[in-house]
Amino acid sequence: MADFTFWIVVGLTLGSAFMVVQSKNLLYSAYALLFSFMGVTGLYVFLWADFIAVVQVVVYVGGILILIIFGIMLTNKITSVNISHTSVQKGIGTLAVLGIATLLAYMVFSTPWIELANVEQEETTASIGRLLMMDYLLPFEAASLLLLGALIGATTLSRKED
Amino acid sequence: MDSLTNYLVVSVVLFSLGLFGVITRRNGVAVLMGVELILNSANLNFLAFARFGGMNMAGHVFALFVIVLAAAEAAVALAIIINIFNNFQTINVDEVSDLKQ
Repeated sequence: MADFTFWIVVGLTLGSAFMVVQSKNLLYSAYALLFSFMGVTGLYVFLWADFIAVVQVVVYVGGILILIIFGIMLTNKITSVNISHTSVQKGIGTLAVLGIATLLAYMVFSTPWIELANVEQEETTASIGRLLMMDYLLPFEAASLLLLGALIGATTLSRKED
Repeated sequence: MDSLTNYLVVSVVLFSLGLFGVITRRNGVAVLMGVELILNSANLNFLAFARFGGMNMAGHVFALFVIVLAAAEAAVALAIIINIFNNFQTINVDEVSDLKQ
């Protein structure tokens, strides 16, 4: 049963991701991105990453996707022009991407990965908090500075000049 | 489902689809969506290696940092895209190659 659910989630993720890059309508792409994000969240749950799964829903679906839809609404005249968008250089793009995908898949299948047996599932939130406050304190503070910088930068860039 | 290769293959396909979006889409927002797909595939790799390497929590912390960077990147990129739209009345990335109007 879990196996079946896993493949359903994989199909949802990859099918929606395909819709994102193929759809002719920009809004359809954005909504397909929502389902792709939710599918990836499901995969995180399968990987026992409960905290990251919740963060993914809050930040990606609740934040980034809303930002993207705002971006679409602000850069298209909804009433007059249809929100369509096209792709260019599909042939050569497909060739290049297929080449890279083949290379990566060959790497995945030819490398003898070490998989530890009998890994115990554990709660992740406490260990993540401990790591953030001890081993990764400097990157944590740098990330907060970066977020502040991005906040100020985005406001400065997008407001009207007086 | 309990095999590392399954997750790595899903991640490879997700990365390839995102890359395809980045190099073929004309609309700037659609290019941004491709970047988000690529970041998601990288995160999937981090968490898969964390899970099959004996619940190594460093992978989770790195996935958290990737999500933070993605949020910052989306905010700044959309501000830039809105500026481009105000200057050129289009956000097709192949039409905005002028440095000066």
